[in-house]
Amino acid sequence: MTEAQADMPILDAVGISKSFGAVAALKDASLRVGRGEIVALMGANGAGKSTLVKILTGVLRRDGGEIRINGQARSVRNPRRARAAGLVPVYQEPSLIPDLDVRANLRLGDTPVEPFMARVKELGIEGLRLDDMIGALPLATLRILDLARALASEPDVLMLDEMTAALPADLVERVLKVVRAEAKAGRSVIYISHRFNEIAQICDRATVLRDGHTVGDLRIEPGVEDRIVELMLGQSLGEGLRVEPRAVARDGTPRVRVRGLRAGTKLGDVSFDLHRGEVLGVVALEGQGQDELFDVLAGFRKPDAGGFDLDGTPARFGHPADAIAAGLTYVPGDRSEGLLMARSVRENIALPLLARPRNWGAIRMKDEATRVKAAIEKLQIDTRAQGEVRKLSGGNQQKVTIGRWVATGVDTLLLFDPTRGIDVRTKRQIYGLVRELSDQGAAVLFYTSELDEVLQACDRAVVIFNGRVVDEIDTQTADHQLLLRAAYGLTEKDRLEAAS
Amino acid sequence: MTASVTQTPILRRVGNFLRDNPVIPLIVLLLVLVAVLQYLRPGIVNERWIANTIKFAIPLAMIAACQTLTMLTGGIDLSAGIVATVASFVMATQVPLVGVGPAIAYAMIAAVLVGLLNGVGVAFFRVHPLIMTLGSGLIATGCLQVYQRLVIASGSSVPEFLTWLGTGRWGVVPNAMIVFLPFAALILWAQSRTGFGRLLYAVGSNERAARLSGVRAWQVYLALYVLSALIAGVAGLLYIGMIRTASLSLANALMLPSVAAAVVGGTSIFGGRGGYGGTIVGALILTVLGTLLTLLQMPEGARRVLFGAIILAVTAIYVRLTDQG
Repeated sequence: MTEAQADMPILDAVGISKSFGAVAALKDASLRVGRGEIVALMGANGAGKSTLVKILTGVLRRDGGEIRINGQARSVRNPRRARAAGLVPVYQEPSLIPDLDVRANLRLGDTPVEPFMARVKELGIEGLRLDDMIGALPLATLRILDLARALASEPDVLMLDEMTAALPADLVERVLKVVRAEAKAGRSVIYISHRFNEIAQICDRATVLRDGHTVGDLRIEPGVEDRIVELMLGQSLGEGLRVEPRAVARDGTPRVRVRGLRAGTKLGDVSFDLHRGEVLGVVALEGQGQDELFDVLAGFRKPDAGGFDLDGTPARFGHPADAIAAGLTYVPGDRSEGLLMARSVRENIALPLLARPRNWGAIRMKDEATRVKAAIEKLQIDTRAQGEVRKLSGGNQQKVTIGRWVATGVDTLLLFDPTRGIDVRTKRQIYGLVRELSDQGAAVLFYTSELDEVLQACDRAVVIFNGRVVDEIDTQTADHQLLLRAAYGLTEKDRLEAAS
Repeated sequence: MTASVTQTPILRRVGNFLRDNPVIPLIVLLLVLVAVLQYLRPGIVNERWIANTIKFAIPLAMIAACQTLTMLTGGIDLSAGIVATVASFVMATQVPLVGVGPAIAYAMIAAVLVGLLNGVGVAFFRVHPLIMTLGSGLIATGCLQVYQRLVIASGSSVPEFLTWLGTGRWGVVPNAMIVFLPFAALILWAQSRTGFGRLLYAVGSNERAARLSGVRAWQVYLALYVLSALIAGVAGLLYIGMIRTASLSLANALMLPSVAAAVVGGTSIFGGRGGYGGTIVGALILTVLGTLLTLLQMPEGARRVLFGAIILAVTAIYVRLTDQG
């Protein structure tokens, strides 16, 4: 590779390492970007992409390794230094202040107004006024403004993190065209995306991360996506544990039938059936609309279009209490969202039993103790630290959030990434519990950010990509590679089209 | 403070102990204050003094119950003192017109109306409790002034049983304990052994988690602020029994000390932590401290400065020791 590039790379990061406590997020990551080059940075969840980007943009400090800019070793100690060195990021979350207007936001970042407005026009946003309040603009527009702002500062290296997520198709086209033109004019781009078709359209190379290592650096050419998937996957994952096959009756009325559900900018049009006695996996990369799907089913938000039936009857929830009354109970992935951290295990588990005003009176303490004890035993929660839930380990905390619903009796369980950041043994226990509950007739919807879990815990899975269900997977025949390809929106049909 | 530099582990162990038994250091502090008082004025601590101290701590402790309960949800009830005043004034002025029973009923209705206003504002319009109760307190004060013009001719009177409750004592036990004892027992029981009490902690520690468990927070807020106003109303009736004259600002002076009593008693103003047990001791501490500072015969200004400084110091140390925050 080095010989192939005649001139010096503008950005050359070598052997970058970074640990958070005992967890090594990056071990040996390297990234090289030549002048005028567009490089895709790829990797599965947890491979270290965002850590690397944060180090390059000065948000995090590296533990080891070297960053050379134009051949000179530089310390990008904070975001300002990174900017001064010509590295400008556009993050997934808009970085404009909602309570200020456009002009005030530009002033904050010392962005020149004229070039900014020119870029905005070029990127296809018409009629933007400097006194528009940021908070009143749609998400897609904000992302474009972020990009325009970055471009107006004339960066040497532009870092785009999932730039086209949440953008409608026409704006995606515009953005890709502009990025391509910028590269032609000599600007370099680091392009982080889950979308292979975009990468194929504009990128020159792809750098692949896995487990904190740079494992490959490939030229983009037809058929390269298979190689990339292979690299992201690695050899270490062969046939892992797999869920035992069982017969699930799917001919009756489904417990939950989701029909053409749309919510927000991300969830476009999702339909699927969830039956009693089955664990249905949801395969989706970050931000494909799964958050909105679970929010709607759990009663946190109302759909913009479409809806869902419960046992054949249309349902609509205005509050999580409605969902719970209908038997749909939700376990969030972020445990701090679901728990009363400073309260006891008992109070946390008993909470739903007290929610309704008719249960506001005296608590039957013995009754409660029995129920809580049963839940603790069923989930094997280690309650040595009874006093406050925040003193429990992450796995035990998650068991408490599930135990809460076990204590009330489970009908339909919505698990949103329930094993995030917990150890393997506890994960297995949770799979076992989920399976037991579904054997007893519960319907379980199971989203996980770890693809392997789908094979270990689910009877089948639907794949959501870009806000739509693009595939359904039989977990008995699928392997990891198929899952990963599916998650990236690569169905068999697409591959044939790409080949022709 | 110097010890904290060298002996952190011991201090932490002490902290853990205090954390599990938060009322103990407060009781110790109370006893120390009483001892200081006895040292400065030997013989002052007698049966009558104790009865008087308890008597004056009771209305404060009741209004501080309003603060404690609302603070558990991360709120506050700045209208509680005014509600107590409103209830006492309405009662005293209505007694000559309609008799004792209906007068008390009117007084409680007036209190509940303010509570409803607070509840609706906090629950449905999501106004911050600080602002909501400050506003409703002003409105209530204004209404009371208008009301005073209407009843100015009829005069006022305080029913005998209230003065008996307010002024009588039986040894060291003031008669007001007949009301306060069951009241305190009820609150202490309710805060941990009823669904409503648990929900106060739940909503205060993590409203989203409570929502996710099916709690409709508005129901909790509405009931809470009405309950708080009811408590304040009863406290007002008890207080006028002690003072024996109706006035337009009777219990208003208890307002800020009631907040202080709850905070000194270990209830976190950010919600989810604390309880009424500490508040009761907190109210006693503030009452004894008041006597102590009066005895020192300092000028009023210096007394206030010292009073404020001691409250801040106690709270800061207590929060540090019990690792709230």
